[in-house]
Amino acid sequence: MRYVLAVLVEDKPGVLVRVAGLFARRGYNIESLAVGKTVEPMVSRMTIEVEADEKILEQIIKQLYKLVNVLKVSNLTEEPSVDRELVLIKVSADVSNRAEIQQIVETFRAKIVDVALNSIVVEVTGNQEKLEAIIMLLSQYTILEVVRTGKIAILRGSKAIK
Amino acid sequence: MKISGAQMVMEALKLENVDTIFGYPGGSVLNLYDMLYDTNIRHILSRHEQGAAHAADGYARATGKPGVVLATSGPGATNLVTGIAAAYMDSIPMVFITGQVPIPLIGTDAFQEVDITGITLPITKHNFLVKDVRELPTIIKQAFYLATTGRCGPVLVDIPKDVQQAVADFHYPETVSIPGYNPTYKGHSGQVCKGAEAVACAKKPVIYAGGGVISSGACQELLQLAELCGIPVATTLMGLPAFPGNHPLSLGMLGMHGTYWANMAVSNADVILAVGARFDERVTGDADSFAAKAKIVHIDIDPAEIGKNVAADIPIVGDVNLVLKELLNKVKPCDTGAWLKKIAKWREDAPLSYSQDLDGEISPQFVIEKIYEVTQGKALIATEVGQHQMWTAQYYKFTRTRSLASSGGLGAMGYGFPASLGMQIGRPDELVFCIAGDGSFQMNSQELATAVEYNIPVKVAIINNQCLGMVRQLQQFFCKERYIAVDLQQVPDFAKMAEAYGALGLRVEKPADVVPAIEKAMAFSGPAVIDFRVMANTNVFPMVPPNGQINKMIKGEQQ
Repeated sequence: MRYVLAVLVEDKPGVLVRVAGLFARRGYNIESLAVGKTVEPMVSRMTIEVEADEKILEQIIKQLYKLVNVLKVSNLTEEPSVDRELVLIKVSADVSNRAEIQQIVETFRAKIVDVALNSIVVEVTGNQEKLEAIIMLLSQYTILEVVRTGKIAILRGSKAIK
Repeated sequence: MKISGAQMVMEALKLENVDTIFGYPGGSVLNLYDMLYDTNIRHILSRHEQGAAHAADGYARATGKPGVVLATSGPGATNLVTGIAAAYMDSIPMVFITGQVPIPLIGTDAFQEVDITGITLPITKHNFLVKDVRELPTIIKQAFYLATTGRCGPVLVDIPKDVQQAVADFHYPETVSIPGYNPTYKGHSGQVCKGAEAVACAKKPVIYAGGGVISSGACQELLQLAELCGIPVATTLMGLPAFPGNHPLSLGMLGMHGTYWANMAVSNADVILAVGARFDERVTGDADSFAAKAKIVHIDIDPAEIGKNVAADIPIVGDVNLVLKELLNKVKPCDTGAWLKKIAKWREDAPLSYSQDLDGEISPQFVIEKIYEVTQGKALIATEVGQHQMWTAQYYKFTRTRSLASSGGLGAMGYGFPASLGMQIGRPDELVFCIAGDGSFQMNSQELATAVEYNIPVKVAIINNQCLGMVRQLQQFFCKERYIAVDLQQVPDFAKMAEAYGALGLRVEKPADVVPAIEKAMAFSGPAVIDFRVMANTNVFPMVPPNGQINKMIKGEQQ
């Protein structure tokens, strides 16, 4: 099963490699990882999506806690939460099909952020299903490049992870 | 007053009550050694950084104090790696201080530059690269705190040369605050009650004790609990000195080369009280069938060990010492007479045995049994890794805490001899033996020079079968006797080698000469090496094939 973990870490050099190294050497599978600063100075937040069974998940959480720079690990999977990912898609496009692509983009409430003679760049934000769907539709044209941020997630309601 | 980074390290070591360090100098630690010159800290110069690391590890195991190692950047640091990994696997408190190239050169592939914090990431409890001299006092404080608290382990501090030279005010913090590090010491009282109930209801209980009993100083509590409730105690290799090997309730070691009766007891138990042990595969064999009939109570300070290999029915996270004390208040004497009788029967069915023809070749087990008898189980023992290590576990009955240094988790050949030097330095009034194999001893024999230089009077007993016996045994059983790369007939004359270094060297070829040689070495005031020429091709029994069920042991050659 896929789990989403919010991991608060001290913003120290090497912390990313400590976390990534832990997953690699213990054979845990990272599906996606996104990291950025929080409102707390010196605290960063990682959103890690993992593929694991319950027993492995328990080990992942415990092993993460053994890293001195890890402050808090929260499992968002079973809690009501909002998750989002941002994707930039570069599609081969010219006058003949630009309008068509524009229609798909509007349907998905995505944005065209760059237009050139032979290409456009589409920006989409959403959950995984939405992103997969637009990528599928755009693949009828030639997709030149895709960049994804990895999933980020936050709890619904006033409860906060600190 | 402002002082240099190098001076700060020395001041910090003094404030941590470090009186002995082990190390090897080099360009990137020039400033540290220059400041060491002005201190009263005793420096033991090894002949290889790996020797320094293992010696400091042996010192830590024998004393309970952190072992401290100093080495230079690049090859100095990489030579420590096996020593760091050995300490990590066995949870030994150690602080490694390495020099690093100056900060502007980091990342340029400079001379003697390696990313030692990167290399040691998976084998340290934590590590630091110091980038600002003002952070140095706090980092050293944190390093000692992390190494010696919670589940102990090695911590490495990498200090670039320009940080050693830079100056700043020195304030050594009195307390430590690390927000992401809060070990649990006191066991959850509800869980402890459940554990006590499980023990009270048990008809066939077994205590499975590991190295955590020793590191938490809980041997006395363990003995009380076992005696009060009449529970037999099986130990891991690391846990051997945690419970007296000559006690009626001792089952000896369990697992791959454990005793038949310990493994049968665990396999038939209704309650297992696992204390400071981690269900390593050398203990459990096939984890799914391990103690399958038992309710498992698992006491450990590291929550990540609970349920890692074998599911625990009643986990108790906490310091073993504190948890056992609390358990002792809650348990009652049990009647385990029938159970102990059953175990005694297993012991009769398949005792540990070997044969010794007094006119023939020396049996390796005979040598170890005689060392046990002559020292009355009171020596401090370091072992190397291999058959002799397992025979030591089987035939040397440890009676005192902190009396064994053996590379249990990593299984590093070359560990034992330097570790024995560290044990002796930490406990100068004790008798220290290193039980070695001819293969292992050659991996760090250069430390004979260290032993002679500092007159460290360890007694090295080389169980010399002129082959890599444990690997040979595996090839015999699992590679259809296709022996390859295990023949060590081309070994030096160890007695002459010892003499060349200035130690006492003895060679023993007859069973009748074994005890006199042990006594002669013990009577000698300096380091001594005894080359026991033992019969080749002896195997360690009983044996559980890798990943086999531990109640299905190969008991001897005939099967």
